[in-house]
Amino acid sequence: MSTSAVAHAHSHAGHPPTTTGLDHRKIAIWAFIGSECMLFASLISTYLIYKGRSKVGPFPHEYWCQTTNATSLDRIAGCPAGSLFKPILNIPVTSQSTFVLLMSSLAMVLALAAVENKDKPGWAGPGWGGRLLESSKLWLLATAILGAGFLCFQAYEFTSFVHEGLTIKTNLFGSSFFTLTGFHGAHVTVGVLWLLTLLAIDIKRGLGPRDTLLVDISALYWHFVDVVWIAIFTLVYLIR
Amino acid sequence: MATTATAPAYAGAEVHAESGLWSWLTTVDHKRIAALYLGTSLFWFLAGGLEAAIIRLQLALPNGHIVSAEKYNELFTMHGTTMIFLVVMPLSAAFFNLLIPLQIGARDVAFPRLNAFSYWVYLFGSIFMNVSWFVGSAPDGGWFGYTPLTTLAYSKNLNIDFWVLGLQILGVSSLAAGFNFITTIVNMRAPGMYFMRMPIFTWMAFIVQFLIVLAFPVITIALVFLQFDRFFGTTFYEIAQGGDPLLWQHLFWIFGHPEVYILILPAFGLVSEILPTFSRKPLFGYPVMVYSGMLIAFLGFGVWAHHMFAVGMGPIADTVFGVTTMLIAIPTGVKIFNWIFTMWGGVLRFTTAMKFAITLVALFTIGGISGVMHASPPADLQQTDTYFIVAHFHYVLVAGSMMGLFAGVYYYFPKFTGRLLDERLGNWHFWLFFIGVNLTFFPMHFSGLYGMPRRIYRYDAGQGWESFNLMSSIGMAIQIIATLIGFYNFWRSRRNGEIAGNDPWGAPTLEWSIPSPPPDYNFARVPTVTSRYPLWDVKSPALTADIPHSRAGEERVDIDVAGHHAGKVNRAIGNPPGGPVGAGVATFGSPISPVPPRRFPTARELGIPMPNPSIKPLFAALFMTLMLASLIAIHKDKLQLAVVLVVLFAAALTASLYGWLLTPLEDEH
Repeated sequence: MSTSAVAHAHSHAGHPPTTTGLDHRKIAIWAFIGSECMLFASLISTYLIYKGRSKVGPFPHEYWCQTTNATSLDRIAGCPAGSLFKPILNIPVTSQSTFVLLMSSLAMVLALAAVENKDKPGWAGPGWGGRLLESSKLWLLATAILGAGFLCFQAYEFTSFVHEGLTIKTNLFGSSFFTLTGFHGAHVTVGVLWLLTLLAIDIKRGLGPRDTLLVDISALYWHFVDVVWIAIFTLVYLIR
Repeated sequence: MATTATAPAYAGAEVHAESGLWSWLTTVDHKRIAALYLGTSLFWFLAGGLEAAIIRLQLALPNGHIVSAEKYNELFTMHGTTMIFLVVMPLSAAFFNLLIPLQIGARDVAFPRLNAFSYWVYLFGSIFMNVSWFVGSAPDGGWFGYTPLTTLAYSKNLNIDFWVLGLQILGVSSLAAGFNFITTIVNMRAPGMYFMRMPIFTWMAFIVQFLIVLAFPVITIALVFLQFDRFFGTTFYEIAQGGDPLLWQHLFWIFGHPEVYILILPAFGLVSEILPTFSRKPLFGYPVMVYSGMLIAFLGFGVWAHHMFAVGMGPIADTVFGVTTMLIAIPTGVKIFNWIFTMWGGVLRFTTAMKFAITLVALFTIGGISGVMHASPPADLQQTDTYFIVAHFHYVLVAGSMMGLFAGVYYYFPKFTGRLLDERLGNWHFWLFFIGVNLTFFPMHFSGLYGMPRRIYRYDAGQGWESFNLMSSIGMAIQIIATLIGFYNFWRSRRNGEIAGNDPWGAPTLEWSIPSPPPDYNFARVPTVTSRYPLWDVKSPALTADIPHSRAGEERVDIDVAGHHAGKVNRAIGNPPGGPVGAGVATFGSPISPVPPRRFPTARELGIPMPNPSIKPLFAALFMTLMLASLIAIHKDKLQLAVVLVVLFAAALTASLYGWLLTPLEDEH
């Protein structure tokens, strides 16, 4: 009798199929994203709670006169030169960086499609346009470059804010703004490193349909970071 | 039912292909990681108990002078932090690790190396937290770390920095384990192991992982704010800058209240396994037990502000949180009654595990009822910050969680070691602990209602508190004796206990169908499950006649029991083969008949792919801990040093992560 276990085991060698049919990593990345939602929810809530509660400027949407501590949506008349602080947030510039990040999600979708369909040459249609769409290296690189471009915008934004008189220590707005967007930027940085790693693997041995999952989970992460930015852009920048 | 009588004894030395220090450092086997969690958390239980002992020594008589006020603050802070984060959570994790794969019929967790990483992060984080004692500044802001007391203005030394960074490190461990266990339970259940057939412990573990992954990010952010305030001069908790004094409290308790259920639900799960086994009855109302667990977890996210009634949130907020808090008593009460009905009319066996389990049911109820008392804001205003609260949460955490976890240790010790704990010593352990716990914590209800505040390091005579405090301290002495007996039992029995065999208790779930301790691959053949109680289907079918089975009870089981394959027992409900009702009962309690150790086939012989041992998770955990720990240099005004160290360790962490992720888990096959 005791050998029956052994005999059966030979027919069951290898890994049993997963319960859902999905790869473990796919489930785990969704659990991770759920957890990350609470992380950003805490950061965004704190920003919103502290909105309008800073004792001193500069402020996100208002002019601030340091000598009188007056705030206004319009330029404050009679404020001594050098004491007037402009609204900090630069919506036109951030709209551009938002566009760059959204385009990176498009490039990510194309990268995933290119990897998934590696074994079907010509799937994207004839001509050089089709060949372009079929290049996973191109789209992985494009996603990483667009992500890095977003980070450059953020570096520019942070630097100019500091020059305009807002640091992480200045007031509640500065503390909660830099921490929130800084955390998001850190997530983008990790994403860029992840994409560059995938690119390196693609260059070294070529990514194909059997690697779809590797690209898929990085894409889920990347799109999540993008969605979080849409929330931040709306709640922090657009809504006064 | 001769299957258990021939249960092969399993020689400990042959369980693991290799032994020795290196094999423990590189292990990715969930059972060995479980044993590491068990040993480490029991060690910290002694440390946390020592801290409590000094506290009780100080308070035994009025005007105690054992320790200074500063030292006393450190002691109660580290006692709470240790017991919660270094004892109850990792002790629960020991059972998650051991039992989740065994109960669902899996060969390991979904990510074995991540599992090892979680353990090493826990170990290094716990060491870092306690190093603070040796540099003379242990955390002293309470386990809740209220701001602004913990901001730089009121706490200039390193105490709080150790606490903040230590909790961040430990949070990484819990989160990584959470993702791992969620994936394991969703994706690695054996064929037929539907969600509503999962053992109740696995269910509670599943719920707890959701609490962890949703609650820990919130305290991560709360701690980041505090860390930034202390290190970089941000203004999150600076009242003068307009900071809200309640922001920390809200964020902390949005984490802190789910944390309470993170601490108790694993113990509930263990008790729900133990009571049916020793009552010889299926769990009463299994689906309701599952749903009430979910409801407790769900409501647990909506009650946090009942920790803050005294701060003046206004009548509407107080009322809402009072009502939601009382609502939680309903699913919890349902569980209490279901446990009682499980035992009702059962064939009760009062083993040590059973006694600890019944004690949880009885004593947790006391803590639960005092909890409903201060769910009412007006009552809470009288009780808050007094020893009444201390009595309440020690009844739920010591008389609840710890009783349940000790029950689990006694019940599952064979699956850790292959041997049974000594029942005679266990009896002493149990009764002394039971008496000690009640003598310590019951009088605190009275000292609290007589007005004794929490967290005071000495008190004057003549306020009516002396006798209650003396009783509490004597109770603590009895707890210490009980714990020493219990730990001697653990230490002795792991080598010298009776050989347990596969299924010493006559239990119903899959983990008892395989040897104790299980071979590294757990199941030679992945079982097919057709009911909630697969082993009782084989051994005592009469017990499970009323339990839903596949195909209206025709096809009962397809598993290996004690090396014997029991499959396709075709029969109708109510017509059990193999003799009259109760035939299975005859064997329980007596299957301990050691036969000479027999060699079991290795994974390689069976063709089962096993993950390779790896040192990389340990290195990744070490570098991550060092990276976060070196932030402490910032406080010493050594910003450059901190930057250099952080960059250095971050690079080392990245390198070890790349090494880890680019190495396949298994050999090509």
